Amino acid sequence: MNIPILLFFIFALLAVAGALLLILAREPIHSAVALILVMVALAALYLLLGAPFIAAVQIIVYAGAIMVLFVFVIMLLNAGVEERTNWSKVAKYAGLPLGLFLLLYLGHWLARSFVGGTVANGSGALATAQSTRELSFLLFQKYMFPFEATSILILIAILGALVLAKREP
Amino acid sequence: MEFIAQHPVLVVSLVKIVVLLFVALTTLAYLTWFERKVVAHIQSRWGPYYVGAHGLLQPLADGVKFLFKEDLTPPQADKFLYVLAPFLALSLALTTLALIPFGPATIYVLGHPTQLVIANIDLGVLFLFAITSIGVYGVALAGWSSNSKYPLLGGLRSSAQMISYEVSITLSVVGVLLLAGSLDFNEIIEHQRGYFHYLPFIPRWHVVPQIVGFLCYITAAIAETNRVPFDLPEAETELVAGFHTEYSSFKFAMFFMAEYANMITVSCLATILFFGGWLSPFPDSWTFLQFLPGALLLLTGLYTAYDTARQTRGMARLQLGFVTLLAFGIGALCLLPGVRPVIQGPFWFLTKVLAFLFFYVWTRGTLPRFRYDQLMSFGWKLLLPVSLLNLLATSAWFLYGWVKHG
Repeated sequence: MNIPILLFFIFALLAVAGALLLILAREPIHSAVALILVMVALAALYLLLGAPFIAAVQIIVYAGAIMVLFVFVIMLLNAGVEERTNWSKVAKYAGLPLGLFLLLYLGHWLARSFVGGTVANGSGALATAQSTRELSFLLFQKYMFPFEATSILILIAILGALVLAKREP
Repeated sequence: MEFIAQHPVLVVSLVKIVVLLFVALTTLAYLTWFERKVVAHIQSRWGPYYVGAHGLLQPLADGVKFLFKEDLTPPQADKFLYVLAPFLALSLALTTLALIPFGPATIYVLGHPTQLVIANIDLGVLFLFAITSIGVYGVALAGWSSNSKYPLLGGLRSSAQMISYEVSITLSVVGVLLLAGSLDFNEIIEHQRGYFHYLPFIPRWHVVPQIVGFLCYITAAIAETNRVPFDLPEAETELVAGFHTEYSSFKFAMFFMAEYANMITVSCLATILFFGGWLSPFPDSWTFLQFLPGALLLLTGLYTAYDTARQTRGMARLQLGFVTLLAFGIGALCLLPGVRPVIQGPFWFLTKVLAFLFFYVWTRGTLPRFRYDQLMSFGWKLLLPVSLLNLLATSAWFLYGWVKHG
C-alpha cells in the first residue's frame, strides 16, 4: 500500500462523511462545521492531484473566508434547530430512484476513467511552483476578460447588497 | 520495520516534529513568564517572584495548576464543539510552525541530510495563510458552543475582526511577494541577501522598500492574534473574558497557548518577509561573528553565576545554578567548530523573532484598547486603503521598470 492511495482514501472518506453530516445534522452550526470539513478534505485531494495552489486557495477562500461568514451569520441570528417534515411523496417516489440512478451513472464513468488511477498511484502529485506561474498566465492573459468580468460582477453584487441594506424604510 | 526502511523521510520528519514541538511548547511556557516580567517592569512592579528564583518556575506551577483544576462544561453547552474548539485553536496554531524555516544549513538526522524546516514547500506563504485563516474557528466555535452571552459576543467580535484584518494582512504581504517574485520562504529570504547599492551598510531587507507594507502587516498581525490594543474578543471590562469565559482547566490553557503560538508564528513571518529571516545583518567577511552566539551565552552564564552567589534562598541558588550550568553548557557547545556554522542561521532568526515578541509585549504594556467601532473603521477605512495603495505603488514600480525583477 503506498502512501498517496492511503491518503486519497482517507480524505475521500472524510469528504463524503462531511457531506453526509452536512445534510443530516439538525443544528445549522453542525452543518457549517461539516461543510468546512468537506472543503478541507477537498483541498487535500487537490494537493494529491498535484495542484497545491488550488488547494491553498480552496482553503483560504472557501474554508477561511466564506465559511467564516456562514458561521458568523448563524451565530448572529442565533439560528435554532431545524424543523423536519416527513418525506414528501415526490422525494420518495421520484427523488430516491433518480438519486440512485445518478450514483450508478457516476460510478460507471468513474470506473472507466483514468483520473482515479493517476491519483491512486501517486503520479499526479507533482507539487511545483511552475503550475502557479502557468495558472497566473492563463488567468491574466488568456482569460483576462472573463476573470475581470467576474470580479466586476462580484463588486456589483456587493454594491447591490449595500444599497438594499442602506435603503430608508 | 520494512515500511520505515522504505520511507526514511517519515522518520526524519517525525524526529523533527518532536524536537520542534518540545522547543515550541517550552518557549510558549516561558513566553508567558517573559510577558509577565516585562509588563510588570513597564508598570513598576516585580512580576512573578516567589515560585523559583525570579519566578522562573512560575510557568511550571501554572501548568500544574491548570492540569489539576476541575474541568467544567456548562450543561447547556454543545458538548462536541465545546471540546473541539480549543483543540482546533491549539493544533492549527502549532501546525503553522511546521512551515517556518529556521536556518539555511543542512543537518543530518539519522544519516539523512535534511533542512531546518519540517515542510519545505514552494507555496509556503499561501499555506501559512491558509492555516491561519481557519484558525478563527477555534475562537468562533468556542464562543458559540458555550451557549452563554459573553462568549457569544466575544466570538462574534472575533470573527468580524479576523475577517476584516485578514484582508489587510494578506494585501500588505503581496508587495514583498512581488519584490521577491516567489512564494517560497527560502527564495524570499535569499532575495534579501546583500546590501543596497547606494547605501552599502544597510542590508537589503524588504522592510526598507516595503516600510508601508511592514507597518500595515504588523498592525494587522496584532489584530489577527487578538492582542492589545485589538483584544476586543476578550475585553475583560465588557465581556468578562470573552470567548473563553466558560472554559476552565486545561481547555483554557489551550486557548492561552494558541494565542502565544500565533504570536510566535506572526513574528516568524514578519522576520522572514521583512527582516531577512536567518540572514545576518553584518557582512559575511566578519567571520568572528560565528563566535557571537556562544559568547553571548557564556556572558549570560557569568551573570547568572554572579546572581546565584547573590541569592539567599537555597532553592533559588539551586535553580539559578542549573540555569548557569545550562548557559555554560550550551554556550560551549555553540563554540564547537562543527556546530558554529550550523547555528548561525537559527541564531539570527531567533534573535529577530525575540525582538518582535518583545515589541508585542511592549505594545501590550503601553497602548490602551480600541473601542469596537474604532477598530472596525481603522481596519476598513485606513489599513485596507493604505495596503492597497502600497500594492498599487509596488506594482507600478515594477511596471515602469524602476527596479529590475530578481
